[in-house]
Amino acid sequence: MEIASGLLHGFAVALQPGNVFWCFVGCLLGTIVGILPGLGPAATIALLLPLTFKMDPAGGIIMLAGIYYGAKYGGSTTSILLNIPGESSSVVTCIDGYQMARQGRAGPALAIAAIGSFFAGTVGTLLIALFGPPLAEVALKFGAPEYFSLMLMGLVAAAVLAQGDMVKSLAMVALGLLLGIVGNDVNTGLGRFTFGVNELTDGIGFVVVAVGVFAVGEIISNLGEKERREVFTSKVMNLFPTWDDLKRSFGPIVRGTALGSFFGVLPGTGPAVASLSSYLVEKKIADDPSRFGHGAIEGVAGPEAANNADAQCKFIPMLTLGLPASGVMALMLGALTIQGIQPGPAVMTQRPELFWGLIASMWIGNLMLVVLNLPLVGLWVSMLKVPYRLLFPAIMAFSAIGIYSVNNSPFEIYLTALFGILGLIWMKLGFSLAPMLLGFVLGPMLEENLRRALLMSRGNISVFVTRPISLAFIIATALILAVIAAPAVRKRRHEIAD
Amino acid sequence: MLGAFLKKGDVISGAVLAALGVFIITQALAWDYYTLDGPGPGFFPFWYGVAMVVLSLLLVLNAARADPDGESKGVDWHATGRAMTVWLAFALSVGLMDFLGFLISFALLAFFLVAVVFHRPFLTAAVVAVASALAFHLIFPVALSVSLPTGPLGF
Repeated sequence: MEIASGLLHGFAVALQPGNVFWCFVGCLLGTIVGILPGLGPAATIALLLPLTFKMDPAGGIIMLAGIYYGAKYGGSTTSILLNIPGESSSVVTCIDGYQMARQGRAGPALAIAAIGSFFAGTVGTLLIALFGPPLAEVALKFGAPEYFSLMLMGLVAAAVLAQGDMVKSLAMVALGLLLGIVGNDVNTGLGRFTFGVNELTDGIGFVVVAVGVFAVGEIISNLGEKERREVFTSKVMNLFPTWDDLKRSFGPIVRGTALGSFFGVLPGTGPAVASLSSYLVEKKIADDPSRFGHGAIEGVAGPEAANNADAQCKFIPMLTLGLPASGVMALMLGALTIQGIQPGPAVMTQRPELFWGLIASMWIGNLMLVVLNLPLVGLWVSMLKVPYRLLFPAIMAFSAIGIYSVNNSPFEIYLTALFGILGLIWMKLGFSLAPMLLGFVLGPMLEENLRRALLMSRGNISVFVTRPISLAFIIATALILAVIAAPAVRKRRHEIAD
Repeated sequence: MLGAFLKKGDVISGAVLAALGVFIITQALAWDYYTLDGPGPGFFPFWYGVAMVVLSLLLVLNAARADPDGESKGVDWHATGRAMTVWLAFALSVGLMDFLGFLISFALLAFFLVAVVFHRPFLTAAVVAVASALAFHLIFPVALSVSLPTGPLGF
């Protein structure tokens, strides 16, 4: 009952003209960045963060969320039509989607991708509505020790479950935590690592790090690459899948949704894990696995559903526990924080319009995306003709304007440029950026909760293991580390990464 | 070889991170580790520094144990060089903003990117630079009243 009234309230919020507009803007931008290789949703969200300062919190977060899940839809379009994954999570869709397009079945592939994504998006939205409130209720009973242990688990899980080298990811978490302590200490006022620079006394701004590393770093890295885009101009005919297509796709969509929802709530599993797992499952259980790689519609339906369910369910830990499960969720968390909203279970009780409004907007956004992506597919593909030489300088200028508009501080633009080159170096050396951002966002909260927990226990560190929930999180953290560090698991991770 | 490059890169980045960790620990030791109100300002930096040193040593150790011939994909030094050039141009234009204002320094950046990075004719680069700077001026300071750093010419 509570969920039904919450959803009704959410739809009332999401259907306000302003919020419908921001949802549309988010979905539109998401589709565009999903289609354009080289500019991902993380970079776009980072770029638009300064804009949300002046927006209503619900409208701002609805728009940013739209960019995130909108990119999933857009990414499938170029994967199917051009064999170019606009987004890393769409890589798997290329395998059979492009083969279908080559066989003249691009329309059904696009339609099944959209149907699968919409189904998964709807289920994901319902899952957030169903599991969000009880999870948040449990989390409201957490004290500082439980929060500290939970955040520790989140950080470790995000680092070790991320693709790539575990040690490097953990080092990036430590680096993020270190960046988070720059500035005056809250309790004593002592300047830590400010090097006498006044602008650093309040710490390094979240927007500066996000825009520098994700936007400037990514753009610079892409400007280094040569443009390799082959523009597809033929029209997509016959969008309707056959009855056989629908029958073949039903199971993969349901299984993909289940897999995506599972991976969505796990921190750090990365955008491609859900879609790749779905593909492997479908291939394994297929009557004739040899069809895969040659235009099997199941190879499009399952991964696309998994991809979208993963994107939606990533919101569950972020909204209920204040724990971001990915780099993009860390950006969302940062967007809430800069609006003066303390992320966590209290959001649902103190800002119900934001929580339920966002959930309802996701369903509306998914519907918008089906309409945007299918009939207008030709328009999106022709957008690939926009030359990067016009696009990227403009994005660089936009990032500088965004940063400057926050505090009118040229120093923050210098700092953004510095983080841009650091982001580039880290990318080139194979260091994941998301764990660093998670460390940066969660660091201050981790400290605050440790401080409060130790005050509560009068300095007795055993408080973390004597309280059952906290102990469970600590044991889970140790288990995750032990399992991932096991030689067999490490070997398998390297094989999957290759 | 990418394997050899990453191995070398891992050793260098491990060494840099270890040095950073040692610096953090040294700084942290000069601050209160624990106060009556709980962890002092030196508490967290100390442990983060320790974590950094341990992880960077592990990184170096892993690099030393890795098979350098494990991967054979070549590193695109040309792409890396181009990216570095773009960053230098961006950093320079950011530095010039205080003196020339946003619009002129951005126009110079756009000109450089189009003419040098994308190898387009100077005239095309000039048109793109002026047109995009003008568009940004009309959108941000004029239409949206967003203040931008100004130069001697007042824009």
